[in-house]
Amino acid sequence: MRAINKNWSIMTGNEAVALATKLAGVKFVSAYPITPQTAIVEKIAEMVANEKMDAKFIEVESEHSAMASVMGSELAGVRSFTASSSHGILYMHEMLNWVAGMRLPILMAVVNRSIGPPWNIWADHSDTMTQRDTGWMQLYGESNQEAMDTIILGYKLAENKDILLPIMVMQDAFTLSHTSEPVEIRDEEKVREFVGEFNLPFKIDINKPMGYGSLMPPDGPFMELKMDMKKSMYSGVNKFIEITKEFNETFDANFPGPVEGFMMDDADYALITLGSISSTAKHVVRNLRNQGKKVGLLRILLYRPFPKDLVINYLRGLKGFGVVDRSSTYGPFGSLYMDVISSIYGKLDIPAANFIAGLGGRDVRVVDFEEMFMRIMEGEDGEIWINAGVK
Amino acid sequence: MIILVIYLSIFSISCLGNRMYEIRFHGRGGQGAVTASKILATAAFKEGKWVTSFPFYGTERRGAPVAAFTRIDNNKVELRTQIYNPDSVILLDKSLMNIINVTDGLKENGLILINSKKNDVLSHPELKKFKVAVVDATSIAVRNKLGDPAHPIVNTAILGAYAKVSGIVKLESIIDATKELSPSKINENINAVKEAYEEVEVI
Repeated sequence: MRAINKNWSIMTGNEAVALATKLAGVKFVSAYPITPQTAIVEKIAEMVANEKMDAKFIEVESEHSAMASVMGSELAGVRSFTASSSHGILYMHEMLNWVAGMRLPILMAVVNRSIGPPWNIWADHSDTMTQRDTGWMQLYGESNQEAMDTIILGYKLAENKDILLPIMVMQDAFTLSHTSEPVEIRDEEKVREFVGEFNLPFKIDINKPMGYGSLMPPDGPFMELKMDMKKSMYSGVNKFIEITKEFNETFDANFPGPVEGFMMDDADYALITLGSISSTAKHVVRNLRNQGKKVGLLRILLYRPFPKDLVINYLRGLKGFGVVDRSSTYGPFGSLYMDVISSIYGKLDIPAANFIAGLGGRDVRVVDFEEMFMRIMEGEDGEIWINAGVK
Repeated sequence: MIILVIYLSIFSISCLGNRMYEIRFHGRGGQGAVTASKILATAAFKEGKWVTSFPFYGTERRGAPVAAFTRIDNNKVELRTQIYNPDSVILLDKSLMNIINVTDGLKENGLILINSKKNDVLSHPELKKFKVAVVDATSIAVRNKLGDPAHPIVNTAILGAYAKVSGIVKLESIIDATKELSPSKINENINAVKEAYEEVEVI
């Protein structure tokens, strides 16, 4: 049974995100609506209009402009937020690189949706997978509670003076964004204290004019700045663990951190997942455990920076594993699979299959996870498409 | 009445047991199926249950067929798949029976609650395998001025009926959740809940 002394409310993932921006003290929001993110923008606009949220909200004509305007406000030292999905994310691609390169700790909520054509509005990670190398950190949530909590944790992580990088906070289209479920609303005062004041060290100051984004010749510190960006991002793994600990103590919460191992301790076989399908996978792990099968689940919450050492530790000792990619990218294997395999290269030698599942919102069912576990237990590897093909 | 409520609340505990309960709503855009699924979830949540509620993931238009779903469990709901084998189906518009298979996947002896006059559904032989209940939610909604006579909003009425025939959730919880989630006409909605609770009939 549920603890009843907590401040629960039933809300959608979109509502949880909108409310979290208010709790976190976001002061500037600019966004362009797109299904299935629209409700986030509507809710924020409503809170601002009703003076329930002390922020400025501006409408723009495109996602490119939305990202450009939050870049401006953030550079002025104002905590800023935007949200988008799918083709909206692609349209802001250029600005995503600008924001990261300028080290602006903006947060963007992304409701993961497929990329067309064919036209499709449902859950799929292709929109953010194609942006994984823009210098943004990426967090993939599993529940509406995480949709709220990752915004709060995210601002603290992004704005840390050793990090100063933007973060995309993901939730799956419809399965979270439009699904209502219990969410514990974090206390606003505690959230403000937890996140702290935003002090951008290099913000625009009219009394001290500076140029930003100027030409950097080959001998200039271009390469050093890129090196620093990568170093800062990867220091984010440990920083995220620290912040998670503080978050859980402050809010009496159970946020997992960069990765979550579910029944992994004595597991022989495991699946690695991202996002909301992980919940169904846990259900299947529980069922298979009841049948005496030693299986587990490793959920990646922090995808960029990729928490490679944590992943290696969880996989050590397994007899086989599978990686589930919910995106269509065109490398030799799925993106998550390649990240996992390159992380363990030379360290672990374990058969590993790459499952492609749930594209364009196709349901990833209990039987699909059962099939995946069966196939890794039989030692299969290579790329396997699940519940797809001529029927 | 009080005895009945106590009986139903005991029944509801034993009925849910340790098993998850899945409900599918069918309606047309504008009848309030999606809100109904959320009111039902909120009502069960008020009783300490874990819940999720979600619409069929499509594009909604007034008059077009829509579906919505609720899951109720004593433990946190882990399943995030679509619902394939519901325990109950709630039909807000009986004309949908001519267009789609409303009992698709419904568990054997599962409950189907239909917004209809009793005689209008007796001719459907496919309902024989199920527990069938009817309530004239349209008349109740019109009587309480919910929506307009051409487009009555029947969601709150049908939930009052569901509280009685399902035993999954208490009438009081449906009333509380209706108060919380009705955008307007709160008293009219509550009256509709109560009237349907009294009028629903198992056939």
